[in-house]
Amino acid sequence: MSAPATVGPVKVRRATKSSWIGLAVIVPILIVLALGPYIISRGLQQNLVILFSLIVLGTMWNLLAGYGGMVSIGQQAYIGIGAYGLVYIADSLGIDPFLAVPVAVIIAGLLSLPISFLAFRLSGGYFAIGTWVIAEVVRLITMQIDAVGGGAGLTLTALNVLSPGRRIAYVYWLSLAAVVIAVLVTYLIMRSRLGLGFTAIRDDATAAGSLGVRVTSSKRIVYLVSSMGCALAGSMIAANTLHITPESVYSVQYSAFMIFIVVIGGMGTIEGPIIGAIVFYALQQWLSDYGVWYLVILGVLAIVVVLLAPRGLWGLLSLNGRIKLFPVGYRLVNPLERFAVVKTKEPAA
Amino acid sequence: MDWLNAVLQGLLLGGLYALLAAGLSLMFGVMRIVNLAHGVLAVVAAYMGYFLVHNFHINAFLTLIVVIPVMAGIGWVLQMGLFNPSLKSGGLAPILVAFGIAVVITNLLQAFFTADTRSIDAGMLGVQSIQVTDTIYIGVFPLITFVVGVLVIAGLQVYLNRTRDGLAMRAASDDKDAAQLMGIDNRRIYAKATALAIGIVGIAGVFLGIRTQFSPTYGDATLIFAFEAVIIGGLGSLWGTLIGGIVLGVAQTVGAQINPSYGVLFGNLVFLAILAFRPTGLLQKAVNS
Amino acid sequence: MTLLNVDAVDVHYGDFQALYGLSLHVQEGETLAVIGANGAGKSTLMKALAGLMTPTNGTITFDGRDITRVPSYKRVPMGIALTPEGRRIFPSLSVEENLKVGAHSGRPGPWNLASVYEAFPLVADRRDRVGVNLSGGEQQAAAIGRALMSNPRLLMLDEVSLGLAPVVVEQIYAAMPTITGNGTTVLLVEQDVNQALKVADRVQCLLEGRTVLEGTAGSLTRDQIASAYFGI
Repeated sequence: MSAPATVGPVKVRRATKSSWIGLAVIVPILIVLALGPYIISRGLQQNLVILFSLIVLGTMWNLLAGYGGMVSIGQQAYIGIGAYGLVYIADSLGIDPFLAVPVAVIIAGLLSLPISFLAFRLSGGYFAIGTWVIAEVVRLITMQIDAVGGGAGLTLTALNVLSPGRRIAYVYWLSLAAVVIAVLVTYLIMRSRLGLGFTAIRDDATAAGSLGVRVTSSKRIVYLVSSMGCALAGSMIAANTLHITPESVYSVQYSAFMIFIVVIGGMGTIEGPIIGAIVFYALQQWLSDYGVWYLVILGVLAIVVVLLAPRGLWGLLSLNGRIKLFPVGYRLVNPLERFAVVKTKEPAA
Repeated sequence: MDWLNAVLQGLLLGGLYALLAAGLSLMFGVMRIVNLAHGVLAVVAAYMGYFLVHNFHINAFLTLIVVIPVMAGIGWVLQMGLFNPSLKSGGLAPILVAFGIAVVITNLLQAFFTADTRSIDAGMLGVQSIQVTDTIYIGVFPLITFVVGVLVIAGLQVYLNRTRDGLAMRAASDDKDAAQLMGIDNRRIYAKATALAIGIVGIAGVFLGIRTQFSPTYGDATLIFAFEAVIIGGLGSLWGTLIGGIVLGVAQTVGAQINPSYGVLFGNLVFLAILAFRPTGLLQKAVNS
Repeated sequence: MTLLNVDAVDVHYGDFQALYGLSLHVQEGETLAVIGANGAGKSTLMKALAGLMTPTNGTITFDGRDITRVPSYKRVPMGIALTPEGRRIFPSLSVEENLKVGAHSGRPGPWNLASVYEAFPLVADRRDRVGVNLSGGEQQAAAIGRALMSNPRLLMLDEVSLGLAPVVVEQIYAAMPTITGNGTTVLLVEQDVNQALKVADRVQCLLEGRTVLEGTAGSLTRDQIASAYFGI
């Protein structure tokens, strides 16, 4: 083994060249999107809200599965809690709808805590089904409560004080903000020590635990955040569609969408779910004439991706992780490397 | 008396749930795969039975002669073609592939059969009942289902304990690398296990189709019931799966007795209670799952 | 005749090379002991011979047939059986069931439940006990019995003495004459040099993935072996 011929000290850096480029591209895009209501039609705004909610959901599912290693098919419980939370708090309790959203999100978080104690008794595939059972229980209980409309559902009326144009614009901006928050929170978590702990847990949970990584609390935190994020998405969906029913907001279809988005986009990266949501949304629009066949195609695509291209679309686009728009990793940089006589070997991504 | 009747019906319903859950339990026991497509495969069998009865006017029970081998074949192909590669990929791949399969099959069924509900006509056997006392009747078909459920579970136990392949499956489940050193081809043993599991699902699916109205999305509920039966009974124990099925069945029928819309909810709540207070299940056997 | 021939085999774990052009041969009916310190490459050699690892270079020939790339489960019906390092008894199966699994490939021969029980009385006493409840010595005896159940032409024993009390090791090795008496070829890997010399016809010593000494058990002196073993 030959020692690398470096010149000078080595530094630890977070950002990469591509992440600076990424930042330079993302900021203008966000600014353009923020101007949406002034530029695009109401119909398009509502469609974009759907896309934004898919990005939030995908990001949250990825946090749970790609980083936390937990496959859940029950996050729709929290989508429903977020949706019902918004409508009930805004309509029946008379609180300002835009305040009702954070309240609904917090309630979802509080509920996810005891639920996590139940769900964490299972692992792997059984954890997945267990979360689904819990979601079903939440749905069935909701249907028994007359105060939230039972089986018939609820309609959000609190926003009717606004003109349709304003209402749609405000919901649009809320959704855009939700996307930014969801991605930002995920980015900050994964960049922190918690995130580092997760990469260790992913490799070897027992070893990580023996080094002091608090495996169960870390998972619980991620479960909490993911639940709150899904509730946020639920509120967006309720504000966008105005009428909600137990079948619609607690539907396991959402889990299917989340899985497809993350798997096809790229699990375990922040960029992946964003790409996945865009692709999924495009496919959904494009194949909408074909009825259920679009789900068949998506299912086949997901299987193919899992077996043949496990890092998803972003994995392929980013040349297997070499390009990072969101710098969550660490890299060693030798500022004087360009002057070295013998170059050190680039570590694999 | 209504309560006694409800418990009795629940007991018999448990036989169907055990039949449904046996395959799920087997696949997890042998290769640690939780087959999320398990429920929808039962529905596939139900449609197969329906198709044969409706178009060829065969007796519902005779359809099993076709359904079981076809389902076993489907299981073999799924394992060799999709599950074995997913096991090689490792990590979350097996769950995700299973999920993908479930979605594809559900929506294919939807495309070909529409969302209409159907039921398999079993003729007189489907509706006859035996009178036990003045007020208690036992349906002939539920009784048959229960007996078949018990026989299948017993048969599986015998297979796993006394046959060469069954022993190989248990060995591969313990230590798949050491199993290779015995000359066991893991891929084929897994395929046999899945063929067995899905073949049994074939029986369960036809019985399900006779018992209730089903549609493509019925696979969801079926998967949940099978899963609950396994967990209530305890991972790693086939007899536990039978007990779990019975407990679930009774919980559902008793719940429905209280209020017709409470049936499934009660079953779920009993499941959650077991999860909360006795997570290893009623017949805890496996030290680690 | 030469039953097993290993010809200039390299084995890598990723970028790390464990065996460097290793060659070895075993005549039918003889017992070869491969000795060496930890990390010398002994277990890697066994894994390659059993088919659990694939050499990056070189060939392995068994009974004239190239088995370098043959998967492990196919080698058993050909007559190769490995008792792996750490025994790896199936924990949830009883001893008798463990033995039965060993016979999975169905090769005919003198070894069956009765003859294994006779050769290893220790195992016979524990036949109904579940694998996880056995002591180290019982597990080792059972693991050897399990390998014998496939009626191998070549029996490979990987670190039989590891973690066992010397008395137990002696008991186990006491069965060797019965095994070799049936004409079985034995390739064993051992850290316990004394024990290895007692049962082996020939000895080969490895150091850092290479052969450093080779010869018949009787012809090598203690000093020669010690120097080779420790690389002095």
